[in-house]
Amino acid sequence: MSPLLEARELVRIYETRRGLLGRSAEVRAVDGVSLRLRRGETLGVVGESGSGKSTLGRMLLGIDAAQHGTVCIDGATMPNPGTGDWRALRARIQMIYQDPLAALDRRLSVAQQLREPLDIHRIGDVESRTQRIRDMMQSVGLRLDQTDKFPHELSGGQRQRVVIARALMTEPELLVCDEPVSALDVSIQAQVVNLLADLQRDRRLGMVFISHDLKVVRNLCDRVAVMYLGRIVEEGPADTIFVDPQHPYTQALVSSVPQPGRALDSRIILQGEPPNPGNRPPGCAFHPRCH
Amino acid sequence: MLRFVTIRLLRAGLTVLSVMTFAFVVLRMSGDPAQVLLGPDVPQNIVQDFRDRWGLDDPIWRQYLSYLRAMLQGDFGLSMRDRSPAIDLVVERIPATLQLTIPALILQLALGIPAGIYAALKRGTLADRGVIVMAIIGFTVPSFVMGLLLVLVFAVVLGALPSGGASSWQHAILPVLTMSIGGIGVLARFSRSAMIEVMGQPYIRTASAKGVRWSDVVRKHALPNAAVPIVTIVGFMVGSLIAGAIIVETIFSWPGMGRLLIVSVTNRDLAVVQCILLLVAAVMVVSNLTVDLLYGWIDPRLRQAPPTH
Amino acid sequence: MNNLVEIRDLRVSFDGVPVLHGIDLDVAPGEALGLVGESGCGKSVTWLAALGLLPGKADVSGSVRLRGRNLAAARRLALERVRGGQIAMIFQDPSSALNPVMRVGKQITEVLRLHRGLVGASAKNEALRMMDLVGIPDARNRFGRYIHEFSGGQAQRLMIAMALAGEPDVLIADEPTTALDATIQAQILDLLVDLRHEMSMATVFISHDLAAVAQICERVCVMYAGKIVEEGPVRHLFDRPYHPYTRGLFDAIPSLTGPRRRLVPIPGAVPDPRYMPSGCAFALRCDRARDFCKQHRPELLPQPGGRQLACAYPVPEARDILHHQEEYQ
Repeated sequence: MSPLLEARELVRIYETRRGLLGRSAEVRAVDGVSLRLRRGETLGVVGESGSGKSTLGRMLLGIDAAQHGTVCIDGATMPNPGTGDWRALRARIQMIYQDPLAALDRRLSVAQQLREPLDIHRIGDVESRTQRIRDMMQSVGLRLDQTDKFPHELSGGQRQRVVIARALMTEPELLVCDEPVSALDVSIQAQVVNLLADLQRDRRLGMVFISHDLKVVRNLCDRVAVMYLGRIVEEGPADTIFVDPQHPYTQALVSSVPQPGRALDSRIILQGEPPNPGNRPPGCAFHPRCH
Repeated sequence: MLRFVTIRLLRAGLTVLSVMTFAFVVLRMSGDPAQVLLGPDVPQNIVQDFRDRWGLDDPIWRQYLSYLRAMLQGDFGLSMRDRSPAIDLVVERIPATLQLTIPALILQLALGIPAGIYAALKRGTLADRGVIVMAIIGFTVPSFVMGLLLVLVFAVVLGALPSGGASSWQHAILPVLTMSIGGIGVLARFSRSAMIEVMGQPYIRTASAKGVRWSDVVRKHALPNAAVPIVTIVGFMVGSLIAGAIIVETIFSWPGMGRLLIVSVTNRDLAVVQCILLLVAAVMVVSNLTVDLLYGWIDPRLRQAPPTH
Repeated sequence: MNNLVEIRDLRVSFDGVPVLHGIDLDVAPGEALGLVGESGCGKSVTWLAALGLLPGKADVSGSVRLRGRNLAAARRLALERVRGGQIAMIFQDPSSALNPVMRVGKQITEVLRLHRGLVGASAKNEALRMMDLVGIPDARNRFGRYIHEFSGGQAQRLMIAMALAGEPDVLIADEPTTALDATIQAQILDLLVDLRHEMSMATVFISHDLAAVAQICERVCVMYAGKIVEEGPVRHLFDRPYHPYTRGLFDAIPSLTGPRRRLVPIPGAVPDPRYMPSGCAFALRCDRARDFCKQHRPELLPQPGGRQLACAYPVPEARDILHHQEEYQ
């Protein structure tokens, strides 16, 4: 059986110009990434800004087109973005972004937000849609008296629940989450992470979880891919990759995570600037910062 | 930088050319100059004579080409009314128009920007509300109504100022006021919101936290940042000043370009109208170019071209 | 009394809604104090209020003493001398906290002129030295650059250089690493620790990241809904948190080692300041709350080991509780 999601050798290059007179330069945001995801599996993608992890997320949905490489869903190549086939496929693959307030239409009530995807994909009749909205609100932990609330009347955690609920309305098989809990406080973050874990398990969702937060990723994901300058530099099971990181970059990343009770001076502090995808060092891209 | 200026100049040339073309075509499709200038009772052969002389029976593209050719040689055509060069008629009127527009622009800048900034700093107070109300009145009342209102008060009722003509500097007061009030309102509103936006930015709090005096926070940190949106609107206002001049000069019988334009359009004096429109287009293009260059000077972030995706 | 800063009963309301309910806080010379809690619990507001940096609609009462002098009663001129000169502040998201249209060097020399009277070449040389100190490479060439030409980590270094230029006694670091990448966060934390020792200045580290606070602070105050609910030396407080909220914050941090586990959230959310419950503000989210908690607002009472606590039913391990809320009430 083919995997739910398979990406082969994805490449995404942006053109930028520096200064008014500058020549245009290539920015290789994603530079040959391949990955596979089974149904019911969660893959964590970690990396710093400029690592290309968000671009990769958009490419997996076809929102950002790849220059090279292919994305296959259930063994079938992803249709071109904008086509009818692609729009139909979008019901099966959904995305969740970091900022729920930006992702929600502030003029729509919770119920209207959740109804929208059903209208777009013509799912169910009026009555079954209403029922579906109520069921979904309950399963993401929203109270039914919040049905008519607007985004600004909800707390950050509740808004993210609405975003998650909306993404799940079309019963997708694949969920791509880009930093879904980064804007939340730790206490609330744990609520949302647990919710995602429960929903993922109950619905056997394939989930790509993009985050810079190693601690969250480790506790939520089955496998983890570490990205640096558009490439996956290390990939492995969540249980072992952070315990025994092999790549020096992963080692530094793990070491930079503050943990109560660990002395400050035992950390590996990476020198130098965060990577700039517009100016990729030759050879191993990490070598200028490698200890 | 060179590339930026070149692109800008090309675009400016294109804008001017489009205005010229548009004016040329519209003018020739909206009425026959021969009929208008000579009147309805003139015999047919005289009309035909006139049409031949001005080439009005040629196909429009041929007329257009010869117009362009003449333009390239610096020949802006003759007025159909008195056969004097159109350009001379127009140039003659420029000083009169500048006598209104320049004081009006200065008045707008000198009153509108400080009023807006003051209102922003006193946000929520009576003074702030006063400025908002005045500003709204300023830019919602059309200039012809405002002009008539001012004439009514200062010329008719008080008898303090002349209602029309251009024989002394007192004659300029009412037209300049009429022309500037709308712009003062727009600038006050705009400067206020620009300033409020800037005052809420984190770097303003940082400046205060450094111990910078309040007046210096406003002067050195807030104003330079608020300048970008304000300069934008000033650029637009040059355009509205020209539009204002057409109306105001007509109301106050001021012998400027605006009035010449109205008279020439009514008479279908094609060369003069085209000449004025060309000049207006050139002024607009130059003011936009100035604004763009000012941006780069004020805001270092805009010196870099945005990335093209 | 040899405290540098003494805040007493500091209260703040916005449009009549109280958001800070009486804060008492001391900062000793040279110490590293952490202020933790969820967003909206008043960590930053405390210091913005102390320095008079809140917008006009804020209503501030209470006293803030710096070396015994009350800042709340000080004139604006005196307060402007304190800001940046004795108490400096750095903020989250340095790229937007520095003026985008003023050269970065000038933003540093501005502080030198205001607080140390340096102008011209001597100001420039000192600014270059500060840029060197915080680790800006090639300072001479970057003196005349603008903030958008720097990365987030570099921008935060510049902000630190600017704050240190006034040679303050206290540096308030308000979420200084929140907007930065993990590896850069580590660099900045390191820099702050080094500089504190080098310049023997007190640091107040405001953060929602308990783990980061644990690494660089000696003493910690935990804030919730506009009050301090627990305070103590970092080691004790982190080893044995008394307050269920502190405990909850710890439990919510996912661990990077040990078996993978389900996260332990604190249920609910911080109460809206407009509808603050009459008793303990945390009672609604607390699994240890009883009727008493819903009726009485707990006071911050001293405990053994230099600790303070505002809770009637602390976490069970906390057996050495000295003052009980019931007795006090």
